[in-house]
Amino acid sequence: MIDHSVSAAANMPVLVPEPSTVPVPAALPNKGLITQFLEWFGDLGIFFWNVLRAAVTPPFEFRELFRQLDEIGSMSLPLVALAGAATGIVLSMEARFSLTRFGAKSLLPAAIVFSIIHETGPIITGLVVSGRVGAGIGAELASMKVTEQIDAIEASAVNPYRLLAATRILACILMLPLLTLAADFSGLIMGWVTQALSEPLSFHQFINSGFKGSDFSDFLPPTFKTMVFGLIIGLIACFQGMRTQGGAAGVGRAATSSVVLSSLFVILADVVLVKLIIILFP
Amino acid sequence: MSTINQIPIQTAAKRPGAEGNGSAAAIAVENVHKSFGSQKVLNGINLDVKRGETLAVLGRSGTGKSVLLRLIIGLETPDSGSILIHGQDIAGLAIDRMGEIRKKMGFLFQHAALYDSLTVEENVAFPLLHHKKEMSKSDRAVRVKELLAEVGMEAARAKMPSDISGGMQKRVGLARAMALEPDILLLDEPTAGLDPISSGEIDDLVLKLQQEHQVAFIVVTHDLHSAKAIASRLALLDKGNVVIQGSFEDLQKSEIEFVREFLKHS
Ligand SMILES: Nc1ncnc2c1ncn2[C@@H]1O[C@H](COP(=O)(O)OP(=O)(O)O)[C@@H](O)[C@H]1O
Ligand SMILES: [Mg+2]
Repeated sequence: MIDHSVSAAANMPVLVPEPSTVPVPAALPNKGLITQFLEWFGDLGIFFWNVLRAAVTPPFEFRELFRQLDEIGSMSLPLVALAGAATGIVLSMEARFSLTRFGAKSLLPAAIVFSIIHETGPIITGLVVSGRVGAGIGAELASMKVTEQIDAIEASAVNPYRLLAATRILACILMLPLLTLAADFSGLIMGWVTQALSEPLSFHQFINSGFKGSDFSDFLPPTFKTMVFGLIIGLIACFQGMRTQGGAAGVGRAATSSVVLSSLFVILADVVLVKLIIILFP
Repeated sequence: MSTINQIPIQTAAKRPGAEGNGSAAAIAVENVHKSFGSQKVLNGINLDVKRGETLAVLGRSGTGKSVLLRLIIGLETPDSGSILIHGQDIAGLAIDRMGEIRKKMGFLFQHAALYDSLTVEENVAFPLLHHKKEMSKSDRAVRVKELLAEVGMEAARAKMPSDISGGMQKRVGLARAMALEPDILLLDEPTAGLDPISSGEIDDLVLKLQQEHQVAFIVVTHDLHSAKAIASRLALLDKGNVVIQGSFEDLQKSEIEFVREFLKHS
């Protein structure tokens, strides 16, 4: 019985205890926030398990995976590059101001490179993608759910966890590090441009002194940690989308809650990941 | 799992509430109860349908006809009772196991539920693309064209679902449901929203499939005229129960208040 109730798409009671629990933070009068959160988290766990099981057994949906990679990459790339560039400029200006005050101007390139690659690039990418892709996937799957298209997929003997969720989540996991590199790159370029405007400095010099004292492997963990962000964004957006109820209003709620919850969990995960990276890669 | 193929078309005057006698029934619904929250929708339903037989399910809207079809294809789980497809109980089957059974079932949703990001043609090709991987692209195109021709929708094949009317969507949905040549077809109001001519064509198609491929049909309909034309048996639902089951004549002869009321207004 358990197997079945979790298998029959997201309209099953197990996944959707009550229509009104769809936007999680909205409090129900008769249920505590904690209970509601635990229920939501339990359902999320069951959902993840279903997706995982579907993802590792054939048939593999390569066509849909490539479509999603393309879609997620192309819809986020311009935004991520722009956000990265803007943070590069801001960081560069702020760092110049504070480091000059402390008489540590020679550390400027290193400070900029380090903070972009270690923290701002990944987190900005995570948040921008949460907004863009989280809302996109949340709304798309929610509208498919309320118009019975997900049921139609299941009725056609195709597993929607495999076709819809696994492909989107995997695409998010794979795209996030690449998008992070794009954010890092445009951040570094604009960071350098901002410095070069104040005093002459070639890009070569900037990069050379920026990366002095650190080697390539220092930058791998912060970039690859964004795969966890990708997992969070894809998983939450698919989950919120596929459990939607209540027509067009439900679609709006699903999109909103996907964005809110995935950004929130990306930031929370970052706290844990930064600590983990410090412990594991001293 | 054994299916008996050569059953003659069921005589219309079958005894109502036939008890499922195992392997002969393609679909057997046994004492199924289903509630949503505190709302009782189905209250101990018993039905069975053999191959080559068409059961028309009638009833007022909101009596749970769509829920019944969704239960049969496993999109909902019964609270109690069981559903057997070719003799196999579908309770508790994992989604991929259920998928194996669903490959031989076709489902037409009440609101068609076409994939709105795909064209009409791609909608019909969807089951073929996923389950007939060995089929070449050109063979698939031929098959899709054939299916669309059956429902009279070849002209709209490159259109998006949002650009065709509800009745046309239903016909495309029917073509999609037939794509894998299922031996069970569950149709939720196939002729609702259709003009009388198209509606007659759908009836002819149902009769043809029933005779040529021994398909087991459950057709939910409000159209008594079409029910009479296609069904070997009619079942009238009310308040979560089968009020009467039998031929059209059985319904006409019935003394039950609700049946007479229903026929009077149809
Ligand atoms: N997923 C659901 N959640 C709650 N109630 C539902 C659900 N599906 C159907 N119902 C209720 O079940 C009843 C029967 O619905 P339905 O089977 O669609 O009726 P119809 O006979 O018109 O097809 C309706 O009152 C409907 O509100
Ligand atoms: Mg209905």
